[in-house]
Amino acid sequence: MIRLLKRRETTLILIIAVMLAAISARAPGFLKLGNLRDILTDTAILVIVSIGQMMVIITGGADLSVSSGIALCGMSVALLNWMVPGIPLPVIVALAIVIGFVLGSINGLLVSVAGIPPIITTLATLGIYRGAVFLESGGQWVSAHKMSEAFREFPHNAPLGISNLLLAAVLVAVAAAVFIRFTRTGREIYGAGGNRAAARFVGISLARIDYLVYAISGTLVGLAGLLWVSRYASAQNDTARGFELQTIAACVIGGVSMLGGSGSLVGVILGALFLGIVNNALPVIGLSPFFQMAIQGFVILTAIIVNSVVDRRTQAALLRTRKL
Amino acid sequence: MAGGKRTLASLLARWETILVFIFIAVIVFNSVASPYFLNPTNLLDTTFSFVEKGLIALAMTLGIIMGDIDISVAGIIALASLVMGALSSIGAGPAALVAAGLGTGLAAGFLNGLLATGFGIPMIAVTIGGISLFRGIAYAALGDQAFTKYPPAFAFLGQGYIPGTPVPFELLVFVVFAVLFIVLLHRTTFGRRVYAIGNNPVAARFSGVRVQRTRLAVSCITGFMAGLASVLLTSRIGSTRPNIAEGWEMEVITTVVLGGVAITGGRGKMGGVILGIFLLGFLKFGMGLINVPGDVQNIFSGVLLILAILLPGLVARRQEAAGLRKTRDT
Repeated sequence: MIRLLKRRETTLILIIAVMLAAISARAPGFLKLGNLRDILTDTAILVIVSIGQMMVIITGGADLSVSSGIALCGMSVALLNWMVPGIPLPVIVALAIVIGFVLGSINGLLVSVAGIPPIITTLATLGIYRGAVFLESGGQWVSAHKMSEAFREFPHNAPLGISNLLLAAVLVAVAAAVFIRFTRTGREIYGAGGNRAAARFVGISLARIDYLVYAISGTLVGLAGLLWVSRYASAQNDTARGFELQTIAACVIGGVSMLGGSGSLVGVILGALFLGIVNNALPVIGLSPFFQMAIQGFVILTAIIVNSVVDRRTQAALLRTRKL
Repeated sequence: MAGGKRTLASLLARWETILVFIFIAVIVFNSVASPYFLNPTNLLDTTFSFVEKGLIALAMTLGIIMGDIDISVAGIIALASLVMGALSSIGAGPAALVAAGLGTGLAAGFLNGLLATGFGIPMIAVTIGGISLFRGIAYAALGDQAFTKYPPAFAFLGQGYIPGTPVPFELLVFVVFAVLFIVLLHRTTFGRRVYAIGNNPVAARFSGVRVQRTRLAVSCITGFMAGLASVLLTSRIGSTRPNIAEGWEMEVITTVVLGGVAITGGRGKMGGVILGIFLLGFLKFGMGLINVPGDVQNIFSGVLLILAILLPGLVARRQEAAGLRKTRDT
């Protein structure tokens, strides 16, 4: 029981519950089922991208290029849909994912083969991918009337009872859970982020893992790019600008250590939901949406500090249990 | 190689030499793109577009050599500009504005440094939060509004010239600080400590270097220089919007790495960085001459950043291999 209480997931659920109670005290409509579903829908893309971000951070890196990647994948498929409206949707979905995979692979190769530090690599590709959006669009928007009906409806259709947008997030979460818990490669991601020298001695190929996490992050970015532009029915040069910080925030709030080596999927999903609720609650409690960034920054710093204190305690506790 | 005669080949392989060649190429390109470029007055005027970034790059050099990368500098600019705008709107004079801008930058840098050293969190992780927090405060306070009322005398800092010359005041500020930073990094014990920490923080600690205190000092210096850049930028454009200086962190880091500073820390010279500042500045100016939009210019910055890290590594590896062959032969 005490162990369960000490877990980050439990703390987050409590914080979220208190937050929901406080908000609904001010705005009774907030807790309605319809509104909660809206929050989940709004958070779906953040959940998808944060899961990729989590794997990258666990290896000790960070993917700053996700926002530009979303814009580039989204713009590419939106332009294609506009120019050649006849292409069936499954092909477009697949194409978005492939483009995302390629962008992620570029990051992965630069980090693993060329050995450029992750944050520098992805800071560079953050600029490069964003510039590429401008190059292919010529600065133009692809707005709703240029998109085909099927393209715009895709995230909202609900063939399986929940919207495709939510369905995508659930599928990604389940697949990621199985991958990082039950496959050898998934476990190796944690190994590669903890103690790299030790990881090498037990036979983990660091180069392979380093490449893989960025490729996975890119693949999810591809999916997110398609969902983003079709959901908002608009692809712009500014699409998703600054979104990378939200995904990192979701991870850090969820207890993922920026030093690498630790972090849980459930924590990250809760971290994303936390941000989603805050963003949705701002107008309800009478704050301008412009407060979002400052709150996010404050929460990131708080979470980073809490994580580091927790890290130190766990290490101290580990040392104590070791009998000399 | 140490103390030995400098051969032409080793001089050619030096990063700074490569930079000089690229620099000349950029100058030639620009003067072909515009016949007005090489005019001394115009040339001096182009420096307006990059000395503010250059000032931050000087401080960032210390940080990167030491192994601490501060990516919140552009956020600090926004926050410092916000404070100046708010004070100006209630009638503060130029001196108070300058003090407020510098003070805000210093405080933000101090906060970053305190969190990084006090909680043992990597600087880059702290400043990822800092980006959101500092710029976020500017967004929260301003929304889609802007401060545009600044006293006329304040405009001199970012727009004025040294009386009787075509030399921008900003450039003079940059030259003064460039000299200060050269002395600080290459002629003081503080500078030696920065290198020692960058090469091996544990060994530096055991040799009596106060590692955390030095890191805190560099973080404060970085914040202060971001504050100074904010003063000059705000004065130059005469307005404060929350998105001011957005994306500058990438350009500043690119400049430093382009100047030959190892991104992994421990190596680099202030002279190379100053060369990098002018190189990237003129390159971007040239792209502006042929109407390349800002987002596309960032492609060049990004590619340049990657190349600037890759190429010296390759050169070093070849030299190492050559060195190995030589020792095997003898």
